[in-house]
Amino acid sequence: MSVKQVSVFLENRPGQLKRMTGVLAEKGVDMRALSLAETSEFGIARILVDDAYGAIQVLKDADFVASLTSVIVVQIPDEAGGLDHLLQYFADTNLNIEYMYAFLGGKEEKHAYMVFRVKDHRSAEAALAGKGLPLLTQEQIAEM
Amino acid sequence: MEHYYQPEIECASREEIRAIQNERLTAQVKRVWENVPYYRKKMEAKGVTPEDIRSVDDLHKLPFLSKADLREVYPYGLLGKPLSECVRIQSTSGTTGKRVVAFYTRHDIDLWEDCCARAICAAGGTNEDVCQVSYGYGLFTGGPGLNGGSHKVGCLTIPTSSGNTDRQIMFILDLQATILCCTPSYAAYLGERMKEMGLGPDDIPLKAGIFGAEAWSEEMRHDIEKTLGIKAYDIYGLTELSGPGVSFECSAQEGMHVNEDHFIPEIIDPETEEVLPEGAEGELVFTAIDKEAFPMLRYRTRDICSLTYEKCSCGRTHVRMRKPKGRTDDMLIIRGVNVFPSQIETVLINHGYAANYQIVVDRVNNTDTLDVQVEMTPEMFTDNMGEITARQKDLMAGLQSMLGIRAKVSLVAPKTIARSEGKAIRVIDKRKI
Repeated sequence: MSVKQVSVFLENRPGQLKRMTGVLAEKGVDMRALSLAETSEFGIARILVDDAYGAIQVLKDADFVASLTSVIVVQIPDEAGGLDHLLQYFADTNLNIEYMYAFLGGKEEKHAYMVFRVKDHRSAEAALAGKGLPLLTQEQIAEM
Repeated sequence: MEHYYQPEIECASREEIRAIQNERLTAQVKRVWENVPYYRKKMEAKGVTPEDIRSVDDLHKLPFLSKADLREVYPYGLLGKPLSECVRIQSTSGTTGKRVVAFYTRHDIDLWEDCCARAICAAGGTNEDVCQVSYGYGLFTGGPGLNGGSHKVGCLTIPTSSGNTDRQIMFILDLQATILCCTPSYAAYLGERMKEMGLGPDDIPLKAGIFGAEAWSEEMRHDIEKTLGIKAYDIYGLTELSGPGVSFECSAQEGMHVNEDHFIPEIIDPETEEVLPEGAEGELVFTAIDKEAFPMLRYRTRDICSLTYEKCSCGRTHVRMRKPKGRTDDMLIIRGVNVFPSQIETVLINHGYAANYQIVVDRVNNTDTLDVQVEMTPEMFTDNMGEITARQKDLMAGLQSMLGIRAKVSLVAPKTIARSEGKAIRVIDKRKI
């Protein structure tokens, strides 16, 4: 149950992130989460949005290089030890995380959401099956 | 079947070519001696008179002309005919300094257009073809030269000139253009735009392209051929000698045939000015043997290449020159090493990057820096940071092994490097030397 994340190439210089958010704002794309990875010259903006396919199109039309990447989004209780508890399941199955980021929110304040990029989604899903840690669908992200 | 415009001269025996050259060269030297005081003085300074030039074997006795000479006597100092007999001027793009203004009589235009017609036929052109000339028209020789050649072959000629890319594409599609003439960088841009529009090689009616006026690599040729679904032919020329068509590629694509009945090429050592033997690499020098208004004798092109008289499979007997590596003016000296932009282009394309790049040279703490800026493409982009930096390192290693010096690679956003409709601006040299 993976979710499509939009990954965008950005040059690491003033105004570039603003150029991206400008395009998204103009087209009414609503962001759920944003994470930036960077080197001294360039970066990748990773975003979860209400409409991933729509966002890709508007970015490409504005001459951005962007692609869709599958990630999993896990809902955990917003409390001390919440993430630690989740990561234990990954560690138990020896699952490597390429990168992750997190966001709070939705209307359910007591929840936090962890976004993971892993090589093997199935093992991640299997590791969490029946553990009371639901994975979000694309629709749920859209409706947040 | 190889197609020729003037087979009797293009496939003449070496002896016949030599006889024509001897006759035209001796007559040309006499005319120049009588009509161009500036060159006559140069000859006198070397102690040479027209009587000393009896055949092509004596060519090496003549003094050289260079761009500096053209500047010195600008605009009329090298005229070989009175202005009343001249009917046209063309001028250089001035990419490497002051513009050159070249003059033409009716005869000069006629022979120039013949040369271009030979190039179009060598690319398979006939009167059944639709030839779109997307070189700039006007002072630049590209448009007028190929336009004239295309008329001579009898192609339906579309004189779009450069620019307005979407209109170019509309004409290619609506009028089913089969031959495209433009700079290679503009051909690449047209290809890129058509790809964006969802047009594949099978949707594009073009079958051949005649591309010149700037240095381009073999890899760029393959790229353009693949995107447009065509065979891409190189064409070479200089305004000083007439324009495109001084030499051109045939179906064998193993060097460009020099139109030797009009231009005699030599290769010299650019330092010692000594003539080098066949096959040796050096500076290309041309003598125009039957041009009237602007009769260049031993004109130094600053282009680096070599010549071969080996028989060509296309049946043409005229000498072939290798694709110039680049003008000596294009050559950069970075940390004491000679670097040609075309070498960088080769590495980029081999590594899967687009031919849209810019080279920025600077001097930091008395050390030259070389920064190659490349646009990120959808094909090269991945969400994996490690993979992108690994490819970047790989490219840097490739550049280092090609150039022998370290180069930095900067990945920049798409479409941030300006596209050119004529000659591409590849190098930004910020060094203040």
